[in-house]
Amino acid sequence: MRRRGFLLGALGVGGALVVGWGVLPPRSRLGAHDTLPPLYGAVSLNGWVRIAPDGSVVVAVPRSEMGQGVYTALPMLVAEEMGVTLAQLRVEQAPIDAIYGNVALLVTGLPFHPDQENGELARASEWIVAKLARELDLQVTGGSTSVRDAWRPMREAGAAARAMLIAAAAQRWHAAPAQCSVADGVVRHLDGRKLALRELIGTLREVPLPGALRLKPAQEFTLIGKPAPRLDVPDKVTGRAQFGIDVRLPGMLYAALRACPTIGGMLRYVDPAPALALPGVVRVSTLAGAAGGAPAVAVVADGWWRAQRALQALHIEWDAGPNAEMSSDWLLARLRGALDAEDGFTFYRRGDGEAALVRAARRVEAEYRAPYLAHAALEPINCTARLANGRLSIWAPTQVPSIVRHVAARTAGIDADRVDVNVTLLGGGFGRRLEVDFVPQAVWLARDVAPAPVQLLWSREEDTTHDFYRPAAIARMKGGLDANGAPLAWVSKSASDAIVPQYLRRAYPALAADTPDKTTIEGLFDQPYEFPHRHFAHVTHRSPVPIGFWRSVGHSHNAFFCECFIDEMAYAARRDPLDFRRRLLARHARHRAVLELAAAKAQWGRVGPGRAHGIALHECFGSIVAQVAEVSLAQGEIRVHRVVCALDCGTAVNPEIVAQQMESAIVFGLTAALYGEITINAGRVEQQSFPQYPMLTLAGTPRIDTHLVPSDAPPGGVGEVATPPIAPAVANALFRLTGRRLRSLPLRLAA
Amino acid sequence: MEFDVNGRRMSAGAEPDMPLLWVLRDLLALTGTKYGCGIGACGACTVLIDGRAARSCVVTAREASGKIIRTIEGLGTGRLHPLQQAWIGHQVPQCGYCQSGMLMAALALLARNANPSDAEIDAAMTNICRCGTYPRVRAAIHAAAQAMRGSA
Repeated sequence: MRRRGFLLGALGVGGALVVGWGVLPPRSRLGAHDTLPPLYGAVSLNGWVRIAPDGSVVVAVPRSEMGQGVYTALPMLVAEEMGVTLAQLRVEQAPIDAIYGNVALLVTGLPFHPDQENGELARASEWIVAKLARELDLQVTGGSTSVRDAWRPMREAGAAARAMLIAAAAQRWHAAPAQCSVADGVVRHLDGRKLALRELIGTLREVPLPGALRLKPAQEFTLIGKPAPRLDVPDKVTGRAQFGIDVRLPGMLYAALRACPTIGGMLRYVDPAPALALPGVVRVSTLAGAAGGAPAVAVVADGWWRAQRALQALHIEWDAGPNAEMSSDWLLARLRGALDAEDGFTFYRRGDGEAALVRAARRVEAEYRAPYLAHAALEPINCTARLANGRLSIWAPTQVPSIVRHVAARTAGIDADRVDVNVTLLGGGFGRRLEVDFVPQAVWLARDVAPAPVQLLWSREEDTTHDFYRPAAIARMKGGLDANGAPLAWVSKSASDAIVPQYLRRAYPALAADTPDKTTIEGLFDQPYEFPHRHFAHVTHRSPVPIGFWRSVGHSHNAFFCECFIDEMAYAARRDPLDFRRRLLARHARHRAVLELAAAKAQWGRVGPGRAHGIALHECFGSIVAQVAEVSLAQGEIRVHRVVCALDCGTAVNPEIVAQQMESAIVFGLTAALYGEITINAGRVEQQSFPQYPMLTLAGTPRIDTHLVPSDAPPGGVGEVATPPIAPAVANALFRLTGRRLRSLPLRLAA
Repeated sequence: MEFDVNGRRMSAGAEPDMPLLWVLRDLLALTGTKYGCGIGACGACTVLIDGRAARSCVVTAREASGKIIRTIEGLGTGRLHPLQQAWIGHQVPQCGYCQSGMLMAALALLARNANPSDAEIDAAMTNICRCGTYPRVRAAIHAAAQAMRGSA
């Protein structure tokens, strides 16, 4: 593909838009007095902060709380600069506005190798994408970008708020601003006078937005960098926390649905009578597929269980459609065929890998594989909608409120400004709730029962069988060492379907284009290992299986391919895997420090009899992580006893949350490494629920120790970064333990 | 049908085969108990029935009626229960969706075993947490057990 087409596609939002937009004015993300909707008795200081009548500081958070701690970490950024305490903070969902667009998400989605990131092409496209993110209202929680994106605007919002508090107090006291200060949520005069925030509300209405802002240098931080309890935890231990399925509205009805079980199939016929005859049933609706959703039959009743029971009373005839013969074996054969036949798109090349392999003293070749995976968030997919008085209201656990609004308006045929989107807490997201397939379903049902509100809730079985799966992938790698065992060449060609074009077709059909997608190869082409000759190419092979963003996306499987293969080369070079990596990272001090920290804390190589260590390093989402896994076998079962995790994520805004996320991502990755596999037979996903798609439980969870590399660099990502290295760390330990190299996920010793 | 929930008599127009989970959520407006799978596999719907942990999605209204039911809403009313305090102290919850069930399972465990070992916690705590809060669940159970023994 020509470079220009590649660049435009890389923007991820379509080249036409870039041209069409022309020159955009640079725009501040501070917002104004009127960015937040008015609230009686309160005063908004800018688009991120208001002071409530009781003096509490309400922070507008434009990201979704799905367990990763954004309802704590983002308000902390405001509180740090504003000079208020965490106890004063309250969180409200931000409205949909351009200032909240996730600039970091799109910028980090650009498919540049780290070596190219300062090139002119890279800088030009970053500039365009940053502008687009602001203009498109892309209020997206994903890509481990929440803190990275908020780092500057939310601290600026806090600094602006502090300047306004000082201006208001100075006005009240007829004092110079330099005589006033804010600390611990109180404004003080040098002479000892004090004002609480609630006493300043009236004056603050008259204070203009400040001009230049000064942000604190890191050494002045009092909150950032220190562990702090999460603001959302108290309600999560009492049952008061409100998730999507907990929305209760007057007169609300409940809906259950059955979607076509065959991928790409259609509804042929359903007789609603058996359901309508049952108590509490209001109606039976047939739903077309939209935004990636499958055609479905839904039952609306006065309670969810009654709706679900009535659904089971229906005899639904499906037309299995064109994929009725599709199986996992067939999909794998086609993917292998594509890998055989095509050269793929080269994402990175340095030197001449193939030529170097010819003259290598030792060669290593291997084929690696990863399966489809489901997200299996514990809160099944749900959405509540009400169409009344010309307004459409949506309550949804979603990662993409602005896209929900866009799709809901499109479905209802009304303007987006007549759609309200209320984001509830998410009972897990992991990328599944970047999708909006359930939104048209809920809107159609709301239209069918208008003006009553209706809550659509999928069963666990629907959730598992109608996911957007982590794509299956395959990689062929060739490595070459010279006569001294020094690394010479690394050539990798991988194949999988590509998520971004599929996602755009679902959410923004007008912008869809088949262009190289960084998510296919991230975690493979962009790692820091220095081989003189490198070549990384990817073959995109479309299949009918719906695919989506799964925690850590391409890194989730590419780290397995990459880090296991590096291990293979280490053994081929007859070097210790830690030492081999260290030498490859001679010019990458930051990576080496993380690797060495993990190794030191784990006491690398020192394990009891019957156990072994495995190590893996990975860079993703702006952070670097290394893990050492201690593994044994018990009656042929893989047992992971301990994981030592070292992380350089730049500034750790709340180290307690960072540690939580390391534990979380390791358990998530270990579940996939040991059990995760979605298979397809006769065009249907075979796994229905947890018995067929098992999860790690407490008994199988290792001890996890997290160690942070101290840093005052800007924050890197945290929510996903610890998922990629765990599978290779365990697989590498298994090799050391058994001499068997497992190159396919999930890791299975039998077979 | 009559139900004894969190020390209160409640009546609901439930069919006899309606699972207790939906009686609680849709008829009695007690939404702290969550739906996760409907087949008793995940534990998000765990409540106490006559003091024992039960997965309310596979217990019918008929079976539950007349028994003493305790849900998350009945834990630590007025003052937080030592388990809830330990959950806050160890910062257990992430998304929080499974935590009502986790807490009720832990409550049942501590009611019959005031000082559980790691192996006993492993055996009793089979609930699924997709966020992976397990290491903190274990630590918080030990802490709550210790606090409860200290105050007993």
